[in-house]
Amino acid sequence: MNMIQAINSALDVMMDRDPDVVVMGEDVGYFGGVFRATAGLQQKYGKNRVFDTPITECGIIGVAVGMGAYGLRPVPEIQFADYIYPALDQLVSEAARLRYRSAGEFISPMTVRSPFGGGIFGGQTHSQSPEGIFTHVSGVKTVIPSTPYDAKGLLIAAIEDNDPVIFFEPKRIYNGPFDGHYDSPAKSWAGHAQAQVPTGHYRIPLGKARIARAGEALTILCYGTMVHVVENTVATMGIDAEIVDLRTLVPLDIAAIEASVRKTGRCLIVHEATRTSGFGAELLAQVQERCFYHLEAPIERVTGFDTPYPHSLEWAYFPGPVRIREAISKIMKD
Amino acid sequence: MSDPNGSAGGEGQAGRNLPPLRLHVPEPPARPGEAADFTHFDIPAAGAQPRPDEAAQPGDIRDMAYGLVRVLDEEGLAVGPWDPRLPAETLLRMLRYMALTRAFDARMFRAQRQGKTSFYMKSTGEEAVSIGAALALSRDDMCFPSYRQQGILIARDWSIVDMMNQIYSNKGDRMKGRQLPIMYSAREAGFFSISGNLTTQYPQAVGWAMASAAKGDTRIAATWCGEGSTAEGDFHSACTFASVYRAPVIMNVVNNQWAISSFSGFAGAEATTFAARAVGYGIAGLRVDGNDVLAVYAATRWAADRARANAGPTLIEHFTYRVEGHSTSDDPSAYRSAEESSQWPLGDPIARLKQHCIAIGIWDEERHAAMDKELAEMVRDAARAAEKNGILGHGLHHPMESMFEDVFEEMPWHLKEQQQQMLDEWKAAGL
Repeated sequence: MNMIQAINSALDVMMDRDPDVVVMGEDVGYFGGVFRATAGLQQKYGKNRVFDTPITECGIIGVAVGMGAYGLRPVPEIQFADYIYPALDQLVSEAARLRYRSAGEFISPMTVRSPFGGGIFGGQTHSQSPEGIFTHVSGVKTVIPSTPYDAKGLLIAAIEDNDPVIFFEPKRIYNGPFDGHYDSPAKSWAGHAQAQVPTGHYRIPLGKARIARAGEALTILCYGTMVHVVENTVATMGIDAEIVDLRTLVPLDIAAIEASVRKTGRCLIVHEATRTSGFGAELLAQVQERCFYHLEAPIERVTGFDTPYPHSLEWAYFPGPVRIREAISKIMKD
Repeated sequence: MSDPNGSAGGEGQAGRNLPPLRLHVPEPPARPGEAADFTHFDIPAAGAQPRPDEAAQPGDIRDMAYGLVRVLDEEGLAVGPWDPRLPAETLLRMLRYMALTRAFDARMFRAQRQGKTSFYMKSTGEEAVSIGAALALSRDDMCFPSYRQQGILIARDWSIVDMMNQIYSNKGDRMKGRQLPIMYSAREAGFFSISGNLTTQYPQAVGWAMASAAKGDTRIAATWCGEGSTAEGDFHSACTFASVYRAPVIMNVVNNQWAISSFSGFAGAEATTFAARAVGYGIAGLRVDGNDVLAVYAATRWAADRARANAGPTLIEHFTYRVEGHSTSDDPSAYRSAEESSQWPLGDPIARLKQHCIAIGIWDEERHAAMDKELAEMVRDAARAAEKNGILGHGLHHPMESMFEDVFEEMPWHLKEQQQQMLDEWKAAGL
């Protein structure tokens, strides 16, 4: 399966297992979603469970909070992560706080799916990576898969979770892994080990990282599309890096990070999102606090620049192989 | 050109021979020191409004959004097609619940002034809006209130000691002292957790109603916001969703004329009514005398029957007046005429129902005075019972480590770590 098919399969499995799971969002019903992630679901489960919505993100999430309070398990879609901002009040003030403020009387077991990330010439409003906004909010979990296998298992775990989950799908790798070489022909998921996806139910626990590549020379913390860019860069450099695909940002798999950095003594953090107050800053702080006496070089970050996401200058902005290679070389010099 | 956006009303416009544009900033009819002025309100006679069929098409009943449903006339008699013809026992229950809400408010306002808690909000003058609606709904219909519908909890016979425990944030507070006073949550009473963020409950109520419909349930949802909060974007998205999916929901706008210091003109009242917002969404809209508990009850019953018959949502504007300050942190004498509350043309909701009950021979002044005394004592006793669980800042609260619970269903490592760190720091400091 490619990542779209894996996500579609996760939704299908959960809708089949749990009559309280409902899917809603702009164009998700009859049409099956602008990325096809919900294709066929309305035909199979009916309009009471899979339906199109008006174009109002605050409405979509607000309604999902109410449905969750009733006892449903809504899976709303926000068409692009760049358009999640009108829903921030409902997500931050309501979904994230409902369990806490009502001391557990009401909960918000929703999973917000949203395509995110750049690398597709999406310009300013089809490329953003706003995960740092949500990791800063207490009461929501933030999940970002990097492979079809993980996408399905993590989405099932997210839907089954009784807390609100922001599930960001890196749209650059919906159809195939992307190594950062934008001038090479696009690859498909066919033949990729992580594209072998079981058709039935399985779960990948939230809060657990995946060691994408075991190594001794340095630790690279990354997630989403960047996992593939990092893997390729490391392979071409011939360096024995340990690549940690975080998969869940909150709650973070701190044990995996700590074990890796204590072993390698060096750490690189890579994400597409802008640098200042990005999630990399939290990762850097955690590594510094927990692994200070094991560090042999300053922790480096390769991130998007602190600018809006540009259109024509996409490949200068995107944290690609050139910048990652330079950062690794710098860390290894010390 | 030094200004890249062009000249802002400067010399470039001078030759066009047009009158200068003017910005209209609304101003209330009366400010402090001025005489109250309600002459701009058109108050139709009780009984004058027709009562359309509950299944009427919204487009056929547009006039209802511009009129005012009223049942109780100047003599306290129930007149016209909206008279719900309630039995004496129900009328007296309504009276008692409204009086209890007012007595509760009085006691808790005083408790705030005595420093027993940090904050309180009264609903004086608006008791009919909550009590009338609560009695017209089924107990298992879910209410998504704003912060000024404490009357719903009281009309659903919720424990006032429990409400006070929440206000005192004490060890008996089921919200564990996490919420500002009056932000109740009572799932068992069909009373959704109150949020400080205005109108967020509106789309939530619509979603709850949609869920009920999708499941083939028979329960409906109701929600409340003030007229000021109708300006929030959530109001628009809720009306759109309610209309699109014909959700079984009642959306109440409590137009009490004031949003803190801003008069209703800043929410759009100069140009139209709030019930008329319904017209543009294709929703049934009713405008009712919010100080006439029989009118509130009848309108809510109409809307509930409509929702239960799958005929769609209703928006009800309750025309009323916020008699007191916005909250214990507010002094209304700084922005409005001091005479307004006494000269409000729709009177006082409790006085009007009392007059009605006396007029039809089921009540008298002596019984009313005895009830007020009994309720004051009941509220005082409840406050004493609640104060045994502690008042704000006096140490009888939930254990401080409980602060970290319920952020998530299971406490993740980083919260456990912070919880332990806090306990270690207090221990190290010898506390």
